[in-house]
Amino acid sequence: MAKPLTRADGPQSVPALLQRNATQFANAPAYREKEYGIWQSWTWAETHDEVQALALGLMNLGVNEGDFVAVIGRNRPYLYWAMIAAEMVGAVPVPLYQDANAEEMAYVLGHCGARFVIVGDQEQVDKVIEVQEGLHQFEHLIYLDPRGLRKYDHTTLHQYSHVQDQGRAAYDEYIKELERRIAKLDYDSTGVMLYTSGTTGKPKGVVLSNRNIIETAKSSSDFDGLRQTDDILAYLPMAWVGDFIFSVGQAMWTGFCTNCPESAETMHVDLREIGPTYYFAPPRVFETQLTNVMIRMEDASPFKKRLFDYFMAHARKVGPSILDGKPVGGWDRLKYQLGELCIYGPLKNTLGFSRVRVGYTAGEAIGPEIFDFYRSLGINLKQLYGQTEATVFITAQPDGEVRSDTVGVTCPGVELKIADNGEVFYRSPGVFVEYYKNAESTADTKDAEGWVATGDAGFIEEGSGHLRIIDRAKDVGQMADGSLFAPKYVENKLKFFPNILEVVVFGNGRDECTAFINIDLTAVGNWAERNNIGYASYQELARHPQVMDTIQSHVEEVNKSVAEDPMLSGCQVHRFVVLHKELDADDGELTRTRKVRRRIIEDKFHDIITALYDGSKSISTETEVTYEDGRKGSIKATLEVRDAKVVPVARKMAAE
Amino acid sequence: MNATAESYTTEDGRTIGPVVMEMKNITLRFGGVEAIKDISFDIREGEIRAIIGPNGAGKSSMLNVISGFYVPQEGEVWYKGSRRPSMRPYQVAEQGIARTFQNIALFEGMSVLDNVMTGRLTHMNTGLFAQSFWKGKAEQEEIANREVAEKIIDFLEIQAIRKTPVSRLSYGLKKRVELARALAAEPSILLLDEPMAGMNVEEKEDMSRFILDVNDEFGTTIALIEHDMGVVMDLSDRVVVMDYGKKIGDGTPDDVRNNQDVIDAYLGVAHD
Repeated sequence: MAKPLTRADGPQSVPALLQRNATQFANAPAYREKEYGIWQSWTWAETHDEVQALALGLMNLGVNEGDFVAVIGRNRPYLYWAMIAAEMVGAVPVPLYQDANAEEMAYVLGHCGARFVIVGDQEQVDKVIEVQEGLHQFEHLIYLDPRGLRKYDHTTLHQYSHVQDQGRAAYDEYIKELERRIAKLDYDSTGVMLYTSGTTGKPKGVVLSNRNIIETAKSSSDFDGLRQTDDILAYLPMAWVGDFIFSVGQAMWTGFCTNCPESAETMHVDLREIGPTYYFAPPRVFETQLTNVMIRMEDASPFKKRLFDYFMAHARKVGPSILDGKPVGGWDRLKYQLGELCIYGPLKNTLGFSRVRVGYTAGEAIGPEIFDFYRSLGINLKQLYGQTEATVFITAQPDGEVRSDTVGVTCPGVELKIADNGEVFYRSPGVFVEYYKNAESTADTKDAEGWVATGDAGFIEEGSGHLRIIDRAKDVGQMADGSLFAPKYVENKLKFFPNILEVVVFGNGRDECTAFINIDLTAVGNWAERNNIGYASYQELARHPQVMDTIQSHVEEVNKSVAEDPMLSGCQVHRFVVLHKELDADDGELTRTRKVRRRIIEDKFHDIITALYDGSKSISTETEVTYEDGRKGSIKATLEVRDAKVVPVARKMAAE
Repeated sequence: MNATAESYTTEDGRTIGPVVMEMKNITLRFGGVEAIKDISFDIREGEIRAIIGPNGAGKSSMLNVISGFYVPQEGEVWYKGSRRPSMRPYQVAEQGIARTFQNIALFEGMSVLDNVMTGRLTHMNTGLFAQSFWKGKAEQEEIANREVAEKIIDFLEIQAIRKTPVSRLSYGLKKRVELARALAAEPSILLLDEPMAGMNVEEKEDMSRFILDVNDEFGTTIALIEHDMGVVMDLSDRVVVMDYGKKIGDGTPDDVRNNQDVIDAYLGVAHD
């Protein structure tokens, strides 16, 4: 267990925490990365040396206090060090999404006026070079992987290891100044700036101070009893606040080890090899894993399949109660242990969850059966609710009070209030400093007393005190007859079906609701394979009549369940289409964190929406698509518009 | 022909060295069929040299002559300044010439890693006895060779399939594994027999990228046969064009593109 550390006189910045760890946990592993098939590791003392060498090298290149240093690439120890080194020299690290296209990158780099950019590989170098013309403050580019870059003009381009070498060589010259700069950092200095993905408009730069980072890391680590011997797998985008808090904030605070996968494709193998004890994943990852397990079980021998079904049924019955420490009969317990031996243990091992002590999911609603599946296996999966502006944590579920439909109770130090229109407000030590160069938005979001608007509508459940989120506050609207319109509520219910990947529900200010649906190519493709249905593309599979029938039955099932809630019964989906293309962040339809951008979709597919409301049986449309390399093309298709049965509801709810 | 001994720098900054391999008046016959008729051309160090031509032009036969699989009835192969005597393919491999095949020739039941490791065979010296006990020298040798293999796996971005049996891979990936195996031999000349055949556009783009990277990163000389004209013109420094076993063109992609004989061979000629 980590020793309790006092706060007021404790380290007041991330670099100070690194120095503390380098002495206190000198020989404990701090970072691991799989490279050339082997897990390479660095102790805290080694990490300190590496970071210091880079910091000295950055000073040698002329990084001044107050400069912005952008960091772009997949999760690698070197890039985490780059962020810490940047803070060491008094600059502000700005991690960017590595899959952002050149245009998005240009906006962020221009907005913060980054003088230095540290990137992973040639792909990122090319993007930065492509946009550098428009960036007035940009000066130096540092890259990690030299592959393919030898012929590039190296006047402003530097290899990461060379910068470190130069830093080591210039040790005597700069170390005094570096120590002075580190000593100057305190709770109020900026620790990091993160750009929000922005469901509307341009991304905003959220400035987080060392206070935000350290206080949040401290209270959340206490909340879940994280300790120095924990392991995490860092695979989520570095530009996302969650990854920053888990892999930098909490890792620095508790001194646990951050493990980086070999590549995005090997993530599942690496997960299994590392066996993290603390794990975070968005619902989508859990969904995909569950789908894969189920598909593979379909192919298992009948005996194994029966064993699996039998014990899984038992796990569903008693697993969650055992996990919550509720009383369970001796016979059930024994049977559960037998299941652990035959099924749950091996399954958890395959999934890489054998050692998970604390697991979180957030960002989207998770399907109850998915959530229960993992919990029944004995994996302590919980939900949390947070945002960049709060340095992640607003509410989280304490052990023993976990449910799929709430997001938990307030985290230590967080206050919550619900406005009259249902919008959730919070105040905490994690509340961000400001939006960079955007006083107007800062004032709109954060009031003088420090209350921050989440933009989400929700309510606090009577009795349990748990927060429940219904939808984005601005998306909650009214139907023509005045009843409540909460699209996300319906969309989530639909997305819980494995066949459905993405849904967009329309209906604000209209008489009835309609929906766009994206099928899940893995699940439906697998079904097609089993039933000897040939298809060549997403588009072809999406308009197969049997697929349409299945989706229709899902919609009708959801309508039944929506009708049961008197407040939301107006949100039943009357008509729907299965879209001819998958909604994609490259086309601007989703954010980089895969949230639906409603306005853009409404604009782009207005012809289909019209068809959904004017009673046509089909609609021909043409859509522009952007390929991964930035080229554009278009898809033409004729979509079938289907009617879904709705449950009649007595419209007694008059308008307010 | 003095120019052949000198190095020069290409427009994109790569250094092309002197001639490393030269074919002199090669003629190859199968019974009465003349597959290759009196062909001469050279390959310079560090360049990407393409051999193109319509079906049955004798491209693969030419590659097989270079790799030592076929022995030409007439003509000489000069390699690194001396005339190469007639050789078995394994002797050619020991000289630093590695190849891939038009119809993938991997060990289907073995994992990707094992397949790549077989490419290291020419670099392993310990005997059967040491290998069976494995301790000491054999172990060190395997570790050193595994390191090279892993670097190539990393280079070609096939880490995720490292332990996957080759039989379970897609065609495009198998092609990449084959390239990995050839690269594991750390060849000075790499022969690629239709590296893009049967690939989709995306796989072709990846493969082109890898070929350029291999040439750039390891300085490997590459001789490739290819059907896809677009790919050839973009990739190669110089192109030999063959038709019915004869050489009908030789030069930079631009020269070849404007060569009337080549245009005729590819587009056909109207006979009056």
